[in-house]
Amino acid sequence: MRRIISLLVENEAGALSRIAGLFSARGYNIESLTVAPTEDESLSRMTIVTQGSDAIIEQITKQLNKLIDVVRLVDLTEGRHIERELMLIKVIAERDEREEVKRLADIFRGRIIDVTNSTYTIELTGPGGKLDAFIEALQGVEVVEAVRSGVSGISRGDRALRY
Amino acid sequence: MILSGAEIVVQSLKDEGVEFVFGYPGGAALHIYDAFYKQQDVQHILVRHEQGATHAADGYARATGKPGVVLVTSGPGVTNAVTGIATAHMDSIPMVVLTGQVPTALIGDDAFQEVDTVGITRPCVKHNFLVSRVEDLAGVIKKAFFIACTGRPGPVVVDIPKDVTAHRTEYEYPTSVEIRSYAPVSKGHPKQISRAADLLLEAEKPIIYSGGGIIQGNAADELTQLVRELAFPCTNTLMGLGGFPYNDPLFLGMLGMHGTYEANMAMYDCDVMLAVGARFDDRVTGDLAKFSPNSRIIHVDVDPSSIGKNVSVEVPIVGEAAPVLREMLTVVKARKADGILPDIGQWWDRIEDWRAFKSFEYDRESAKIKPQYVIETLHKITNGNAFVTSDVGQHQMWAAQHYGFSASRRWINSGGLGTMGFGLPAAMGVQLANPNEQVACITGEASIMMCIQELSTCKQYELPVKVINLNNRYMGMVRQWQEFFYDGRYSHSYMDALPDFVALAESFGHVGMRIESPADVKGALEEAFAQKNRLVFMDFITDQSENVYPMIAAGGGHNEMHLKPSEADDVLLERELA
Repeated sequence: MRRIISLLVENEAGALSRIAGLFSARGYNIESLTVAPTEDESLSRMTIVTQGSDAIIEQITKQLNKLIDVVRLVDLTEGRHIERELMLIKVIAERDEREEVKRLADIFRGRIIDVTNSTYTIELTGPGGKLDAFIEALQGVEVVEAVRSGVSGISRGDRALRY
Repeated sequence: MILSGAEIVVQSLKDEGVEFVFGYPGGAALHIYDAFYKQQDVQHILVRHEQGATHAADGYARATGKPGVVLVTSGPGVTNAVTGIATAHMDSIPMVVLTGQVPTALIGDDAFQEVDTVGITRPCVKHNFLVSRVEDLAGVIKKAFFIACTGRPGPVVVDIPKDVTAHRTEYEYPTSVEIRSYAPVSKGHPKQISRAADLLLEAEKPIIYSGGGIIQGNAADELTQLVRELAFPCTNTLMGLGGFPYNDPLFLGMLGMHGTYEANMAMYDCDVMLAVGARFDDRVTGDLAKFSPNSRIIHVDVDPSSIGKNVSVEVPIVGEAAPVLREMLTVVKARKADGILPDIGQWWDRIEDWRAFKSFEYDRESAKIKPQYVIETLHKITNGNAFVTSDVGQHQMWAAQHYGFSASRRWINSGGLGTMGFGLPAAMGVQLANPNEQVACITGEASIMMCIQELSTCKQYELPVKVINLNNRYMGMVRQWQEFFYDGRYSHSYMDALPDFVALAESFGHVGMRIESPADVKGALEEAFAQKNRLVFMDFITDQSENVYPMIAAGGGHNEMHLKPSEADDVLLERELA
């Protein structure tokens, strides 16, 4: 099953490689991994999307917790949560296509953030499925490049991952 | 007081109560070595290869329960030490490894003798540090010892660039340490312990299976008391030997790939299993699909990730073995006082049937020296009280099967990583920690060659280790597998061009003996152990064809054991189960 694990880790050189190394050494799957410092500069917040049976997910969370650099950990998929991903996508937009691509971007609540005579660069956020759907909807339009941030997640309601 | 980084290293070790540091100097560590030169409190033991340093520190830690300390230089000093670090990591041995590093300004430049020490050691340490400021040094060393020794112990590497050892700062060794992300659990959950006690007392066919956690957790007394209070059968893993007295009738011997028939059959057939400080390793369980199909499992371990990793557990208890077993004993006694008494007489009858099989027996009439006989005789000569280290292979299994350990920390071997070359340097650490005790290193002619250079260290420090070389001119365990599973194609398992071990030992300044007849075994061992101040290298020329029995082939179940050759070697004995 797909799981979203959110972690607070020490904001130190090497913390990321310990976590990435754990996944590769033990053969766990990483679908995406995002990391950035938090409002507390001694901590980084990381979101890992992974796949596995319940037993494997239990091992993943236990092994992550065992790392000295991991301060707190929660499996967001255990409760109600929000996940978002950012995509920047550059497409060929010439003549008739310009209006059509703009309309599609509006429908998906995307924003065109860079324009040339022949291209649009569109910024879009949402759950991964929405980004997939947008790419699907662009059928017939040539995609020059697309970059996705990977998933960031947060719990709904009062629940929080804090130190 | 204001000290240099190098002086801080030495002073921190002194303040930590370290007796011995095992090491080898080199460029990046020279400031630290200079600081060692100027003091008397911490003794530096100069090994002949960094792998030897790590194994010696490891042996010291296993024998004493105190952390082993290693000091090596950057680059090859570190890479040579990695095998020993990984060995300690697999067996959860507390160790602090200080490594020199090129100056901070050169890190990343592919400088002379530079390797990414933190990167290379990361998968085989409990934690590691790169110290970038001298102000952090004492605090990091304190943390390193704290992490190495608490929770599930393990090796911690502290990488120190050369300029950090030269810079000076105010020194104060921290008296306490707090790490916000690290809080190992000590006591078990009372409700879980109570559930465990209920389950144990309901059992009709119970077994208690304990591992290295009993040894590293200093819980042998607690285990012994609980087993005796319940009068339940007890089996130990390779790493757990000595955790329960070998000669107690409740003891079923070692379990697993080369364990006793009775231990493995009881594991297969039991209805309740109490696992303490053991991790259901593949050499213990065999094929997991066939593992103990009808049991309800209680698992006590200080490391939560060990629980539920390989087998599913009904009652998980996270905590240190000693306090958990103490609490469990209290609950069991209270239940018994209330009249709840286990009745497992029929179970013991079955176990005695299995035990009657005497699965460790061997040919005692042979004209050749049987390795098992050497180890049995060693037990007699040393009254079963020696510290016994081993290398890896057939001799290791025979030592585990036949020595008979009645106390913990006496059996010292590389169980998890299976590191050939471990035995001799480990024996040095054991002997340094116990100068007046008998230390035997049981090895084979293949393993001993992997760290033979340490005979020189033994001479320098006059360490009177007794080396028992079971010389069958083969990598015995490899040969055994090739005989069983590769139709006798002995690919590269024959040791051609062996040295004259007697002359070799003598050239290092030791005593060498060659023993070729069973009649001479006892006399030779007596003569060797009578030389209290000398290292004696005993080269026993043993039966080349001897195999370790019983054996569960990889992928087999506990009820599928090869017994001895006389029982039709190729017949898998699958006895009817109730």
